[in-house]
Amino acid sequence: MTHSTGSVSACLPINSDLDLVRVRQHVRQMTAQLGFGLVEQTKLVTAASELARNALVHGGGGQMECTSVSSGGIQGLRLVFSDQGPGIVDLDQALSDGYTSGEGLGMGLGGARRLVHEFSIDSRRGIGTTVTVTSWNSRPPRPREAP
Amino acid sequence: MTGAATSPFEGHVPVLRLGGVLLVTLQGDLYDSTAEQLQQDIGETAADSAVTGVVIDLSGVEIVDSFMGRVLSDVAAMTRLLAAQTVVAGMRPAVAITLVELGLTLPGLRTALNTEEALRLLGAEVAALPRAGRARGESP
Ligand SMILES: Nc1ncnc2c1ncn2[C@@H]1O[C@H](COP(=O)(O)OP(=O)(O)OP(=O)(O)O)[C@@H](O)[C@H]1O
Ligand SMILES: [Mg+2]
Repeated sequence: MTHSTGSVSACLPINSDLDLVRVRQHVRQMTAQLGFGLVEQTKLVTAASELARNALVHGGGGQMECTSVSSGGIQGLRLVFSDQGPGIVDLDQALSDGYTSGEGLGMGLGGARRLVHEFSIDSRRGIGTTVTVTSWNSRPPRPREAP
Repeated sequence: MTGAATSPFEGHVPVLRLGGVLLVTLQGDLYDSTAEQLQQDIGETAADSAVTGVVIDLSGVEIVDSFMGRVLSDVAAMTRLLAAQTVVAGMRPAVAITLVELGLTLPGLRTALNTEEALRLLGAEVAALPRAGRARGESP
């Protein structure tokens, strides 16, 4: 699939509780602007909340880049979460439901992957973690009257 | 905990008392610290009074992530230990769909379509219902 990538529309810091709220509000706004349906909006906002909190809690802070993209006439939103934290040693383990190195539920990473259309993760020990997710406005066109 | 003091979403969420039931109405986007504070406030209120139920009205909440999900589960577990029940009321369909996909089924949480049904589930005094409505500033 070829994506035409728009310019980065925003880059938000992730260093506090307040930043998590801002990340959620920004993603909500962007998905609404792109015409995502309510359920698709909610899924991407929730995934963003999980990934931003991971960058904050496990990665010691980071940032989110937000870019609108399009492919074959379909609009989408790409979010890139990056931190310079310790990295994830065992990705499979981190992605499996219920695994946590802290006191969370261990559902964030695997759950976020299920909530988006595209998910990739690049993590290097001692260097940091980057998670990239994209969701598309897959809402079917409004049903027409019978011909 | 970090957080700026500039947002209306930060701080204490009011915990209303209606007879033996605590009523909490969540609105908008909550700070993690606010959600944690709420858990503590409910625990303390439930412990030092004869509380039999807790109703958490989520109808004004646009997202519940794993953090908020954990807070809700913890409140339910905690109130159970204090011999009370928690009912989550008015969850939006988009939130429910997302929670399931996220993998959070929130075991132990009872749910109701709205606050009044939740109060009925808890067997609250019928007389307390109109007061519940007024306290939340609802139109009839
Ligand atoms: N950005 C990151 N940097 C380093 N480690 C991470 C990062 N993101 C996730 N991890 C590791 O992967 C584990 C699983 O993450 P996941 O989000 O699924 O669960 P959690 O954050 O522990 O709990 P929660 O259910 O509250 O999100 C974490 O416990 C942590 O060890
Ligand atoms: Mg997490």
